[in-house]
Amino acid sequence: MEFMTVLQVLDSTVRLATPLLLACLAGLFSERAGIFDIGLEGKMLIAAFFSAAVAFVSGSVWLGLLAGIGASMLLSGLHGLASITFRGNQLISGVAINFLAAGMTVLIAQDWFAQGGRTPSLIGAARFEPITLPLAETLRGVPVLGPIYAELISGHTILVYLALLCVPATWWVLFRTRFGLRLRAVGENPAAVDTAGVSVVGLRFAAVAICGVLCGIAGAYLATALQAGFVKDMTAGRGYIALAALIFAKWRPWHALYATLLFGFLQAVALRYQNIELGGLVIPVQLMDALPYILTVVILAGFVGKAIPPRAGGEPYVKER
Amino acid sequence: MDRMPPWADAVLVPLISLLLAAVLSALVILGIGEDPVAAVKLMVTGALGSSYGWGYTLYYATNFLFTGLAFAVASHAGLFNIGAEGQAMIGGLGVALVCLAIPWPHWALALPAAIAGAAVFGALWALIPAWLQARRGSHIVITTIMFNFIAAAVLNYMLVNILRPTGSMDPATAKFPEGAHLPTLHDLLAPFGIGFSKAAPANVSLLVAVTACVLVWVLIWRTRLGFEIRALGQSEGASRYAGIPPVKTVVVAMLISGGLAGCMAINNVMGEAERLILNATEGAGFIGIAVALMGRNHPAGVFLAAILFGFLYQGGAELALWTSIPRELIVVIQALVILFTGALDNMVRMPLERLFLALRKGRRA
Repeated sequence: MEFMTVLQVLDSTVRLATPLLLACLAGLFSERAGIFDIGLEGKMLIAAFFSAAVAFVSGSVWLGLLAGIGASMLLSGLHGLASITFRGNQLISGVAINFLAAGMTVLIAQDWFAQGGRTPSLIGAARFEPITLPLAETLRGVPVLGPIYAELISGHTILVYLALLCVPATWWVLFRTRFGLRLRAVGENPAAVDTAGVSVVGLRFAAVAICGVLCGIAGAYLATALQAGFVKDMTAGRGYIALAALIFAKWRPWHALYATLLFGFLQAVALRYQNIELGGLVIPVQLMDALPYILTVVILAGFVGKAIPPRAGGEPYVKER
Repeated sequence: MDRMPPWADAVLVPLISLLLAAVLSALVILGIGEDPVAAVKLMVTGALGSSYGWGYTLYYATNFLFTGLAFAVASHAGLFNIGAEGQAMIGGLGVALVCLAIPWPHWALALPAAIAGAAVFGALWALIPAWLQARRGSHIVITTIMFNFIAAAVLNYMLVNILRPTGSMDPATAKFPEGAHLPTLHDLLAPFGIGFSKAAPANVSLLVAVTACVLVWVLIWRTRLGFEIRALGQSEGASRYAGIPPVKTVVVAMLISGGLAGCMAINNVMGEAERLILNATEGAGFIGIAVALMGRNHPAGVFLAAILFGFLYQGGAELALWTSIPRELIVVIQALVILFTGALDNMVRMPLERLFLALRKGRRA
């Protein structure tokens, strides 16, 4: 394989890993606080639609991003209402949110734009444009390092860099601040947090809100940076892959980065090559598609290090009276 | 003591939840500038106004019966089987392999064999998540979600690389032999002198699904295994203390659940398409969740809910045909039903419980 080909595959790995990473970190906040969230997919989808729709109408991608975050947070609020306030089943709520987003996006898109459930293509300022980092073109001539800098590190949209920054930020918030300590505690032992006089409900809603913001950015990235506009079901299972990555990372921020890069790499390879020949053995493209899920099941099975979720995950907290 | 009377729990709560979902759905229809009353009228005439409409309604309902029962059985054991979609896909593979294996002389022979194939394949697809849940404590929701995606990849591979007839571009199996074609309701009702639409896909699988309802009822409420399943679902600690083997019960409950989901394939693959195509399940596995939630995991409730969702699906298709309302409206309604009958159950239940408590106090005073 040529050096440039490798660079191109890695470049598209970064692009494809970004929405996974954002959604994975979103799930990380929620699940660390004890709220299971299989509605990542739906939140990304609704954010993708509203960001594209508002960006198209207003011509400003930043307004689009805000609209996407807002829509995603609305669904987050619904999830919080169902699973925190009314102590409902978090899994059922997540399933409902995914369907709600899948239906509503097409319904509204058809009503607003009448283009068969999609938004018109975004152009110009309605999209996030790639940023060329300083000196990228000047340094391109430098052997090996030059192309790596120009192709792989430079030339992404701002959301990619933002997503990468979210990793240390998440680590810092969760493991170096009082809020993070309490948030993790609420996912392990909410009764203890309650005894200390801290609001369990408040903390969990905060976690769910952060989850909404990150999912919103992920959705906006899909519709306004990775692609130019919203199409029906454009998340295509990315929310579930993010969920898989979260387990793969065992609910830790830095590992979430590695896991999503790995899954992004698998997607990039599957996108570029149909069938891969390895020493006479043909690996079908379907295996590449299924590999993230298979790897996750193997991790879950505990054969390669056990993935233990936060202890109070999925259980509504009933305050003692 | 602070409970409601049983009838309120079984009928009133779901009814109010359903009403809330209906009201919100009407608002959604209003929101996209259509008339909800006209929409409902169109749905009723389209889905129930002719034997053609009924044929489609019952065809969809048959799918949802199988997946709804699948979810309900797992639910009784305290398991959230979100994998009916994948199990039904792999069940379709089982049906296709059985139907294409030999030139079947008559459907009455092919059907039991196909049921066996569908159930075994569906059950096997549920086996690994079940075993991982029981033995290794891996969360069954996550594993079954993963297995849905793996099933899609397996099916894609089998159809594109192995089962596709030579020379065909379409990722699908060959047409099943004549002897493996199931009789439709038209064929079944004609001897009794009842006219039924010839074009509608509802077929003999409906009777299989209704039989499955009865069998599930017997299993859950009239057998030792059913008791064990329910005991495990209520309290794992107590059932373990009572000597109920948890690993075996989880695995058996999931095998039954997966088998039921797999059996959906006799309807959509053998009964309707008469060959296996990509994405034959069309999300019916997930609708099973809504159906089971609405039916309170009881076969009779599942039956009614499946008919309702069959009506919604056929009605929604008619809407998409005659108005500018897209089919996705049904997905929204489905989401609202899941939301109100499932996740927001307590929103309806808590005030009702308080109301009944106040009534009781008032009577005593």
